[in-house]
Parts: sequence; C-alpha cells; structure tokens
Amino acid sequence: MDLIQSYAEELKLIRKPFTKVWVWGLVLAVFLLPLYTDQSLVYIATLVFMFTIGTMGQNLLIGFTGQISFGQAGFLAIGAFTFGHLVRMGVPWPLALVCAGLVAGVFGLLVGFPSLRLKGPYLAIATLGFGVAVYQIFANSPLLSGGRMGLTIEKLEPFWILSAEQTYFYLYFLIAGLFTLLAYNIVSSYMGRAFIAVRDNDIAAEVLGVSLTRYKLLSFAISSFYVGVQGGLLALVLGYLEPNMFTFLVTIDFLVAVIVGGLALVEGSILGAAFVVLAPQVLAEYRALVPMIYGLAIILVLIFEPLGLAGRWLKMRLYFRNWPFR
Amino acid sequence: MDFTEIMQYVISGLSQGSLYALVALGIVLVYRANRVLNFAHGDVTTAGAFVAFYLMGAGMSWWLAFLLAIAFGAVIAMLFYFGVLVPAQRREASHLGMVILTLGFGLVIQSLVLEFGTLEPQTFPFPLSDQKTFDVGGLIINQLSLGTLVFGIAGSVLFYLLVQKTPIGLAMRATSENLPAAQTLGIPTRRVLALSWGMAAGLGVLAGLFLAAVVFLDPNFMLEPFLKGFAAAILGGLNSLPGAIVGGLILGVAEALAGGLISVAFKNTLAFLIIIFVLLLKPEGLLGTEFVERV
Repeated sequence: MDLIQSYAEELKLIRKPFTKVWVWGLVLAVFLLPLYTDQSLVYIATLVFMFTIGTMGQNLLIGFTGQISFGQAGFLAIGAFTFGHLVRMGVPWPLALVCAGLVAGVFGLLVGFPSLRLKGPYLAIATLGFGVAVYQIFANSPLLSGGRMGLTIEKLEPFWILSAEQTYFYLYFLIAGLFTLLAYNIVSSYMGRAFIAVRDNDIAAEVLGVSLTRYKLLSFAISSFYVGVQGGLLALVLGYLEPNMFTFLVTIDFLVAVIVGGLALVEGSILGAAFVVLAPQVLAEYRALVPMIYGLAIILVLIFEPLGLAGRWLKMRLYFRNWPFR
Repeated sequence: MDFTEIMQYVISGLSQGSLYALVALGIVLVYRANRVLNFAHGDVTTAGAFVAFYLMGAGMSWWLAFLLAIAFGAVIAMLFYFGVLVPAQRREASHLGMVILTLGFGLVIQSLVLEFGTLEPQTFPFPLSDQKTFDVGGLIINQLSLGTLVFGIAGSVLFYLLVQKTPIGLAMRATSENLPAAQTLGIPTRRVLALSWGMAAGLGVLAGLFLAAVVFLDPNFMLEPFLKGFAAAILGGLNSLPGAIVGGLILGVAEALAGGLISVAFKNTLAFLIIIFVLLLKPEGLLGTEFVERV
C-alpha cells in the first residue's frame, strides 16, 4: 500500500500529511464533544473510552498473540476490586489505578503459565475456569466483595470549570488516548512483531529466536493490565461494585467487541468498544434483542468480513486512495 | 460423620453427576467431530427445555413433549452446522473463529429464549417428583434423583453402545479420527458430522429436562450446569466419550461431598478449580489420549 523507505518511517504512526489532518480533526471533534451534545451522550462516550482500554488489551492477546482467553471477566473483577479496596484505604486514585492494572497483570501472568502448555480449546477452558472461579470467589466472600451492599467508592470531584460528567469524559479520554498510543507502539515494536510471530507459527518463531515463554506470558500480562485498568476506571465511574457485574457475560462483551471491531487492528478495538457500548443503549427498549444483535454480528463478521469493522474501514480507504483504479 | 451420611451425599452426587455426564457427552461428541468447543450447547438445551414447557402447557402429554423438545434441539443444532459452520469452513475459518461462531449462535438462541420465554422462574412440571422418597437400607432416595440417575446412566450407556457397536458409530469414529481418509472411503462425512451435532444437542436437551425439574426453569438456568459439563469433559478427557461419563460422575460426587463436608459456598467453585488443576497437571484428562503439545 505505502512505499516505506526507512525503518524510522515504518515506526511512524501517521505517514501521510493528509492522514495527519483528519486524525487530528477527529481527535479535536471528540475533544469538543461536550460542547455540542447533551450529558447522556458525554457519559456514553466516557463508557466507550473505558471499554476501549480493555478491548485493546483483549485484542493484543487474542488478535495479535492468538491466545484464546475467556477469563477477561476475572481480570476485570480483580482490577476493579483492587482499585475499590485501595481507594477505601485512602490510597489516591491514580496510584490505585496503576495498582489495579499491576495486580491484574500479575494474575494474567499466573493464568499465562498454562498457556505455555495448552493450546486452542484447552486454553479456552482453562481461562474460562479462571474467570468463573474468580467470580465465584468474589460472590462467596463478603470480605472481598463488600458484602450484600457491595463496595461503594468515592466518585471524583468536578475539576475546575468542568461538570462531573465532563471531568470523567476528559480524564477517560486522556487515559484511553495514552493506552491507544501505547498499544500502537507495542504493536509496531519488536514485542508486537514477536506476538504476531507466535500467533502465526510458534515453532518458526521459536527457531528465529523469539522466546515463546517470554512473549506468551508478556502478552497475557499486558492484556490483563489493560483489562485491570478498565476495572479500576469502571469502579471510579460507577461509584460502587458488586460481584454480579463480573459474570461470564462480560467476557462475551469483550469477545464481541474484539471480533466485531477487527482482530489484530488497534483501531478495531475502538470501533468494537463503541459497538458493544452503543448496541444496548440503542436497543434499550428491546433488551432481549441485544444478545441477538451480538450473536448475528459475530457470525456475519466471521463469515463475511474476518477483519471486522476496522477491516471494512481499511478497504474503504484503500478504495478511495486508488480511485479510479482498483 | 457416619457412613450413611456420606453414602447419602454420594448418591445425590451420582444423580447430579449423571446429568453432568450427559452434558459433557454432548460437548465431547462435538469436540470429536469438529475439534470445536460448542459454546451454544447450554443455550440449545435451554431452548429445548422451554419448548417442552410450552408443549406441556398446551396440554400435550409429557413423553411426547419431551421427544419433540429433544428433536427440536437436534434440528436447530444441525441447522447451525449446515447453515453457519459449513460455510465458515469453506471460507477457512480459523479454529478460534469456529468457537466464536458457536458463541454467536448461542447468543442468538439466548435472545430468542429471552424474547419468547418467561423471565420469571417457573416450576417445571415433571412426571417424577422429589417429594416421594424411598428408603433403601437407611438411605433416603427421592424419586426424581433415582429417575435422573437411571436415565442419565442408561442414556450414557446406550449412547456409548451406539458409538462403539453400530455402523453409524463406526462412521462417526472414522470421521473424527481422520476426515480425508473417511471421505475417501465413501463415508458421507458432512451428514455424519451433522448427526453428531444433532445427537449432542439431543443429549443436552435430555439433561436439560431433568435439570429443569431440579432447579426452576428460567432463561439462564443452564449456564452453570453447562460450565460444569465443560469441567467434567476436561476432567475425563476432551476427546474421550467414556471419559465424559466418568468425569461427570466424579464431578457430581466430589461436589456433593465438598458441599456437605466443607461448605456450600465451596461447592460451586470446586468445578472450576478442578478444571485448572487438571489442565495444569494432566491436560489430556483421565481417559483422554489426545497429544498435547509441550513447549
């Protein structure tokens, strides 16, 4: 598609001046969103930013490294409750957020160990077992989950001239932006290429000097770090936690977001997160239809457009760039 | 803790375990057929139980309603195989892709159940009751769990004989062993695989009917037993049919004992701890033989 002449150019995220214009235009449009929309839309956008982070982590694991994981709900729960307990102990929230990510990352490392021996369906079930076991442990332990009333967490104070919703909006926009940049950089670095090599052919990767142990574990750890941070942000925006927020259905949400958005495409995670957050909002009056939309979306995407929404987007760009040739 | 009490737990565990075995058999059957984990298994089962519920509500006799529900489950599973999985395989869907397709199918069915089913938990009318009890040498067994045990074990054994001793079973085993070779020998592999999907769903619905009688019928009642069926299948070995039966029974007994002797809260977590430990220590399961790559 592009002619790349040097390694530095390959590492650049934006290669063409025109791309720079519309990317910054888009960022600006999102930045000014609170000026021209109402509160509820700002809140939904905040949720999209939050969900983008976890979806990106899941995408690094499933899309780039090719390791199936059905345990995302467990990491989300671990991140959220770590954050909740730390904040209640008086730890400032930015530090608690980092800790939430780190603790989830450590658990990701632990769950990653079976991935060294297990493949495909076995890994899927091992991670599924982990996710459900974490939910059961939280549900059965009042000490961890805060008992029947759940865990309440102090919400953020409105900052400067912003309202509470706007504070959350800009904060989450910033954090999601940082994590997106991080994801792009991981993907274009040695690490990201090692992930892709492990996915495409692990034996060949090992022969070429990619340490399977190291990169599979790293992928699990980074992915669960992302999901853990999302857990912390979830706790911060909702203000309370209970174990029922972390059932297997959450894992399905993540999977749907990754598949519909686009496997192994960072921008796909943003589109996928938007899909998963918006679909229940649009169908608020027809709750029963939400799983139907999710199910049909993943079936259609997998059969007709394996790269998802982001793949469609790339094809559109290519079409217009090459127009009138094809 | 005296012997009778422990035996009491073992009996109730066996009865519950025989249902897990039926669920696990369905999962193993599909796994052997396509190397796919069927995440729609629980949802198909739920749909079948609801079909039986409404047919009985419409005044149909229970045995006809049950047969129709089992047939319904089998038919939608086969439709999924022909309608979604075969086209996906033609487009060379990845392994992960096929697993996620079953998940999508499960979500669609779940949505239909939510739309047409009743949301409030319903008591499921069942010919056997758990109020009538028998006293066997000091052990108390209720009619329902006895029926469950008999049906679960009879179903598993009959199914096992079907796979091991009949020409259809031979074709199924050949197809799962080596697909191209089976095709070369003139086995209609696609129809055989569809049959595997259908039978798996039928077994699942059979288990679901009994489970609905034990718990209340609501759109999510199969999620837990379905996950435990997974655990049982892993415990016994994901590609071994006798393993599924043994795994189901062991899981049922272990759960009942853990619930009775340690704490009820531990009972539900046990299955998932078993999954993790089995996969860490002996990933091929008790009776499985599948080669697992070690890095």
